[in-house]
Amino acid sequence: MIEPAGPVLELREVTKAFGEREVLRGIDLTVREHEAVALIGASGSGKSTLLRCIDLLEEIDDGDVFLDGETITDPAVDPVGVRRRLGLVFQAYNLFPHMTALENVVLGERRAHGASRAEAEERGRALLARFGLDGREDDRPDNLSGGQQQRIAIARAFAGRPRALLLDEVTSALDPELVGEVLAAVRDLKEEGMTMVIATHEMSFAREVADQVAFLHEGRILEQGPPSRVLTSPQQDETRRFLSRLLEAGRA
Amino acid sequence: MPSDRRLEREAARRRRHRRGQAIAALSSLIVLGGLAALILTSPGWPEVRETFFNWDVFKDSFPDVAKAFWLDVKIFVIAELAILVVGLVVALVRIARSPAMFPLRLLSVIYVDVFRGIPTILLVFLIGFGVPALRLSGVPTDPIVLGGIALALSYSAYVAEVYRAGINSVHRGQRDAALAVGLTETQALRHVILPQAVRRVAPPLLNDFVALQKDVALISILGPLEAFREAQIIEAQLFNFTPLVAAALLYLAVTIPTARIVDRLGGPEGAVR
Repeated sequence: MIEPAGPVLELREVTKAFGEREVLRGIDLTVREHEAVALIGASGSGKSTLLRCIDLLEEIDDGDVFLDGETITDPAVDPVGVRRRLGLVFQAYNLFPHMTALENVVLGERRAHGASRAEAEERGRALLARFGLDGREDDRPDNLSGGQQQRIAIARAFAGRPRALLLDEVTSALDPELVGEVLAAVRDLKEEGMTMVIATHEMSFAREVADQVAFLHEGRILEQGPPSRVLTSPQQDETRRFLSRLLEAGRA
Repeated sequence: MPSDRRLEREAARRRRHRRGQAIAALSSLIVLGGLAALILTSPGWPEVRETFFNWDVFKDSFPDVAKAFWLDVKIFVIAELAILVVGLVVALVRIARSPAMFPLRLLSVIYVDVFRGIPTILLVFLIGFGVPALRLSGVPTDPIVLGGIALALSYSAYVAEVYRAGINSVHRGQRDAALAVGLTETQALRHVILPQAVRRVAPPLLNDFVALQKDVALISILGPLEAFREAQIIEAQLFNFTPLVAAALLYLAVTIPTARIVDRLGGPEGAVR
């Protein structure tokens, strides 16, 4: 395993409210290079919002987010340039239904990163093959299983050579038998040293892949540390309650 | 070897199917036959047949009406192309969020409200007679052009709303995903949102075109010799309405195929089976 290095992403006192509802209430988080940080917590605890704020799909109210030391949440920063340095994978895949698998993967390469068609397609094919999708290049998302779609979405996010990948509950919409193939793709990226923030409900996966686990509760990080500590001997009551609820549901 | 149970089911299904067909045929015969009987036995039918469905008049007038109909075809084809573009531009202005676009956005709202709210025949009248009266140089005065412009303006207002509905119907997650791969807002619109929106609105859009194809007859009030007007002239000469029936058939010859294309796009549910 590649050892974590200096910080890639840093969040300081990040707050975000939708109207009256405070979703993030002062988040501090550091993600170092080659590190995978798992965000765990109940639905509505702010995991998705946190990832969307990092990718500048939502504007934060207060605090700062740094990417490689640069304040990306400064209003003067062009969000397009920032998003080109990050990759985001959505819970519901959000593939472009009017495009083939390959077109989905190369769209960003071609239009955002200015790669030539041949160059982008060659790389796109290689990426699809890497995630077990060779022969599926010309299929539309509708004709593919959820697991295949999500692997295309991961290839699409990875195609832009991001500094960090943000994964938003990438297995939550999948049938149980398809979860494994998507997790394998994420594991593969982790092995090559991809920096990742992974919002997940899969505790065993968090334990296996994450260097750090952060437990989010009502917009705050209540507990953070290596998975062996947070998942095995949590210090906070809320964390214990959350983990035992998962255990009862057979998810841990 | 299929089981008896299965053969029995298949036989029952075939019986049900045959019975359904027989009922459909019989009820069609009763309804259509009844309607035909009602018309054919009406006291005025012999005169109506003479004045509306006179074969000799039809044969003599059809070539002239058909030639005039060619003008209708030219007008609606050009108008449809213009409408596709103008409608899209108006819709895009209306959804634009930039503050600099505010005056244009306001104009597009007013445009849609006004042009959708005035009867098309009035618009044809106002533009066809009003614009030449301004006596501005460089402004067209040809009634065919002005009539076409009036129709295009009226229908572009409808079509702009159709486009806008289509754009709004594309899930927000599509925009998010497009931005997440690094596209700008404009690129997201062009490569991700519009292609999906246009596909979705093709049926209602063509539906508006069916309406337009017959509304071309409204231009006749400005004088151009299109099918309806040509038919009216022949009718006045012969005191016989058959040329108008000929014109009606010509309009149907373009609107029905368009409607079938709409059905095809809308999936099998809309088609008559």
